[in-house]
Amino acid sequence: MDKTISEKIISSHAGRDVYAGDIAVVDVDVVMAQDGTGPLAVSQLKKMGFEKVKNPTKSIFFIDHASPSPRKELSNSQSVLRNYAKNAGMVLSDVGRGVCHQILVEDFVSPGQIVIGADSHTCTPGALGAFSTGMGSTDIAVGFALSKTWLMVPQTIKINFINEPCKGVYAKDLIIYLIGQITAEGATYKALEFGGSYAKKMTIDDRFTISNMAVEAGAKAGIFESDDITEKFLKSQDRENEYREIRADKNPVYEQTIEIDCSMVEPMISMPHTVDNTCTIGNIGKVRVDQVLIGTCTNGRLIDLRVAADILKGKKVDKNVRLIVVPASKKVYLEAIKEGIIETLIESGAAVQSPGCGPCVGVHQGILGDGEICLSTQNRNFKGRMGNPDSFIYLSSPAVAAYSALKGYISDVREIL
Amino acid sequence: MAEQKNAMQKILKGKSFKFGDDISTDLIAPGRYFHLRSNMPELAKHVLEDADMEFAQKVKQGDFIAAGKNFGLGSSREHAPAIIKLAGVGAVLAKSFARIFFRNSINIGLPVLICDTDKIDENDELEIDLGLGLIKNVTKNIELGFKALPDVMIKLLNDGGLVEHITKNKGFNL
Repeated sequence: MDKTISEKIISSHAGRDVYAGDIAVVDVDVVMAQDGTGPLAVSQLKKMGFEKVKNPTKSIFFIDHASPSPRKELSNSQSVLRNYAKNAGMVLSDVGRGVCHQILVEDFVSPGQIVIGADSHTCTPGALGAFSTGMGSTDIAVGFALSKTWLMVPQTIKINFINEPCKGVYAKDLIIYLIGQITAEGATYKALEFGGSYAKKMTIDDRFTISNMAVEAGAKAGIFESDDITEKFLKSQDRENEYREIRADKNPVYEQTIEIDCSMVEPMISMPHTVDNTCTIGNIGKVRVDQVLIGTCTNGRLIDLRVAADILKGKKVDKNVRLIVVPASKKVYLEAIKEGIIETLIESGAAVQSPGCGPCVGVHQGILGDGEICLSTQNRNFKGRMGNPDSFIYLSSPAVAAYSALKGYISDVREIL
Repeated sequence: MAEQKNAMQKILKGKSFKFGDDISTDLIAPGRYFHLRSNMPELAKHVLEDADMEFAQKVKQGDFIAAGKNFGLGSSREHAPAIIKLAGVGAVLAKSFARIFFRNSINIGLPVLICDTDKIDENDELEIDLGLGLIKNVTKNIELGFKALPDVMIKLLNDGGLVEHITKNKGFNL
């Protein structure tokens, strides 16, 4: 029987043919946790009697969520990770290196792998043609210990992106649009397979943004086929020998197929307090913003910072707005410095922070005051997400975020393109 | 954390606390308490605080949560179901669950039951027979079923969770 990408990858790791609905114990290639979820994984490892991990070079702790640590309890939790990693010979990605999902795609994941991470946005590496999914600390502890996990093979929803988007419309708009259409539980327990004529043309950064937000529709995974664009990216990270062709079979069984005509999509906003509470930029009304965040695993890459810098060059951010910029990784930060992007952003009024999750998780680096509004390029806007339940988070593309920082309220970037 | 051995063989009794749709992990375990993750009993004092400020104080051992759709949406933080269990909740009932929350709950031995929670109100007394798959709303004198769990998940719940399963079997035995 023909297989979806998920069925193919899971079958190859289960040692037998499996299809949607089957449950299998599978080998995993890369296992990770971050500083919020890692400490609990360590205590579960110790509870099971594991002081070491099965596959140390592919077992990673990322210190990115509270990075650098803003308080001693978190510093102590991070010490737990550092100590365990040192003793077990694991990889430790420490303060300043960047967000886990960005490092995963830069340095660790290749097409056809199974990746599990104790962070819900672990779906991001699906952009490289891997089966990559978020789980909790206990699952990850077992993944570290045994290099295995239990998985139910998901049904797949095929998303076909067709036609070119118009100027001012980006990958972020496409995924927010899709989530608005199918809702936050539209793909629960399912894999999204992203295809269609336009998907083949999407840059690798477009694919990262889209795969990153698959979980916001409830999905287990968000996967693109691998191709020359994937290969080119791996080459840029000195990993071109890791390229493999990953395709679905000719006629797999998809639970449903949804077509998105990208030429009909406008700049999109997710309004408080759910990602699927979407509207087009034209319908947003006048929303004054107090803080703008450009960064995160969703849109903190070089292209995102460049788009923002092009809009902000020679101009000043509105006097009532704090613009916070957080590059997703050290590599991105260095490239942005070399290109003059960081200088441009700082000159315009941005506060540039060291690579990490920044204010996205509500732990530090930009918690909102009562009644304040933040426009962010992140992936989630739940009530209290950025540290204060009495605040409001809107989501957008980096272009809209940058232009809105200039204007002082959420604005349609197409006005200036 | 109290283990629930032979979870599916038990009959659970308690009062229900009603919640709406889309209760996210940010509502269950808010980000501003991130630093309490290393102190779960302390974190549990804030469980569901942004959905119901008084829940953590009112909930008693064995009580239930009855919620709408997509309970637990958002983050993979296992602390969310863990502090629900630590606060004493015997089972979470909902019209539907977000995937990672559901999986985490099974892994830590917290029963998660998909059923028609419209038939349950705040403070209803419930009796749940996990083995028979029956929820009895004693207050309203009605019975409802819940969607059967796959055998693998029943096995994990019966073992008390994934760690207990792995320890007992020295690996996977699903």
